[in-house]
Amino acid sequence: MSRAPARVWLGTLLIAFALLALPFALAYAGTAWVRIANFAILYVMLALGLNIVVGFAGLLDLGYIAFYAVGAYVYALLASAHFDLHLPFWITLPLGAAIAALFGVLLGAPTLKLRGDYLAIVTLGFGEIVRIFLVNLARPVNITNGPQGVTRIDPFSLGGFDFSRRETLLGLDFTGPIKYYYLLLAATLVVIVINVRLQNSRVGRAWEAIREDEVAARAMGINTRNLKLLAFAMGASFGGLAGGMFSAIQGFISPESFVLVESIMVVAMVVLGGMGNIWGVILGALLLSFVPEVLRWTVAPLQEALFGRQLVDPEVIRMLIFGLALVLIMLYRPAGLLPSEVRRRELTERSV
Amino acid sequence: MSVLLEARGVSKSFGGVHALEQASFAIAAGAIYGLIGPNGAGKTTLFNVLTGIYHPSAGSFHFDGRDITGLAPDRIAAAGIARTFQNIRLFANLSALENVMIGRHVRTRAGVMGAILRNRSTLNEEAEIERRAMALLDEVGIRARANHPAGSLPYGDQRRLEIARALATEPRLLALDEPAAGMNATERLALGRLVRAIRERGITILLIEHDVRLVMNLCDRLMVLDYGEKIAEGTPAEVQKDAKVIQAYLGAPRAA
Repeated sequence: MSRAPARVWLGTLLIAFALLALPFALAYAGTAWVRIANFAILYVMLALGLNIVVGFAGLLDLGYIAFYAVGAYVYALLASAHFDLHLPFWITLPLGAAIAALFGVLLGAPTLKLRGDYLAIVTLGFGEIVRIFLVNLARPVNITNGPQGVTRIDPFSLGGFDFSRRETLLGLDFTGPIKYYYLLLAATLVVIVINVRLQNSRVGRAWEAIREDEVAARAMGINTRNLKLLAFAMGASFGGLAGGMFSAIQGFISPESFVLVESIMVVAMVVLGGMGNIWGVILGALLLSFVPEVLRWTVAPLQEALFGRQLVDPEVIRMLIFGLALVLIMLYRPAGLLPSEVRRRELTERSV
Repeated sequence: MSVLLEARGVSKSFGGVHALEQASFAIAAGAIYGLIGPNGAGKTTLFNVLTGIYHPSAGSFHFDGRDITGLAPDRIAAAGIARTFQNIRLFANLSALENVMIGRHVRTRAGVMGAILRNRSTLNEEAEIERRAMALLDEVGIRARANHPAGSLPYGDQRRLEIARALATEPRLLALDEPAAGMNATERLALGRLVRAIRERGITILLIEHDVRLVMNLCDRLMVLDYGEKIAEGTPAEVQKDAKVIQAYLGAPRAA
């Protein structure tokens, strides 16, 4: 491998510095924005996980949020007052990711022979099944506490260091969300590195082969069953990891958080950003997390300034603009904002 | 010479259609074995049954003494049989080099942990995969196009790339399904040389081809299929004189 030139190093340093300073800039605008940033990073993690399934292996999964739910509930049940269990996060998080991976295999196994639309329908059903189980597993034995959800979930803590407590260090005010921001950032960096390395590997190439032509892939000696299951499991484990962190940050979860719209949101992030291109997917996740929030804060004042009163419910306009933006992006950039070279070829040449 | 592949009474029917009936043959190690017959005779069906895409309705395949009947396609490839497709099935959006690198999958090991950790053995393996893939592109004569998307290559080069990809799996038997289809006379000559060179490396070849001159020049033995049944087998000279073969290709002589 060639040594990166100085310019690349400088750029990396600048980005790193910006990412480190970002939460304090956001905190200046209000702690709510730090929380929004945290959720954006969670979505980046989710989108990168789904990108393994959809972008690399080409398996459309519309029930991806189920794995997020599994990770979140594993963490919540093992670290809250609900069962009065308070296991440390370095046990519950990996456990949540592992159980989510198991669910990934459970979903993958019966769908091995399905492709495209058919696979999408089955995965969509799977996502709903998981959510409905979460709603109903309250009787006769109360496992999930039903629609009320699980409350008072433990925050992350390591030794005496508690991630939810406010602390002042070197004159800087570290609130709970800011501490979580750094934790999420670190976790996401690891997820990105894993994604990049998987893509350029023997396994990544095999996934690409399956996506391109499954019959030819099998004839080349690729065990498509195992590799598809591996894609489902890897993708699901990232979802589970993100779910566990969501639980801890939020302190409260209920089946409400894992509805179909969330799955579709994550798929939209992957597709809009550029399936198969890690940087595109990250961009998609960030845009779809931030834009609705920015609109939330700008639509109402804008109407006030233009018309002197609220003509239309801001919430309606917000979703309208958001939907319109999605339609326009897909019309003008069908392969996504930052498409991978391979996917661009697929989506442009075949549609002619 | 020892027998590399033996088919015993292989049949395949789709509903009431008998695409292949009781086909038996043996291919000697190191041979170039031709498979000819009119359109719809069952040649490609035989390929698909052999390489595990279809399950045979009856009969068995023995490869190097081992029963490989009904194994999954990836197991067949691992056992040492590689193929090309009549209607080219490259990974069209990936580069030529990547196509051949994917062919190395079955002979390499690195898994998820290797990919993530990028330890020395994984890096060495990756370098070796790329080196061998490049060498194969060189061998079939399309090294200059290594980084072009496979789907953008000229037709003849796509056929060559399919051969390179199949060779990357280190087969002992290479099954070529109409490799000369759509090639011009010059390209066909070059293909003939390539097939011979592959045989020189000790790889046995099973060849479906319509170009009679190419088949007659290249093959040591031929089998002729018609309506799913074997109607003749022998050296090219023998087959050419066979009355049934002439009838299958030209029709029965009408009584005057």
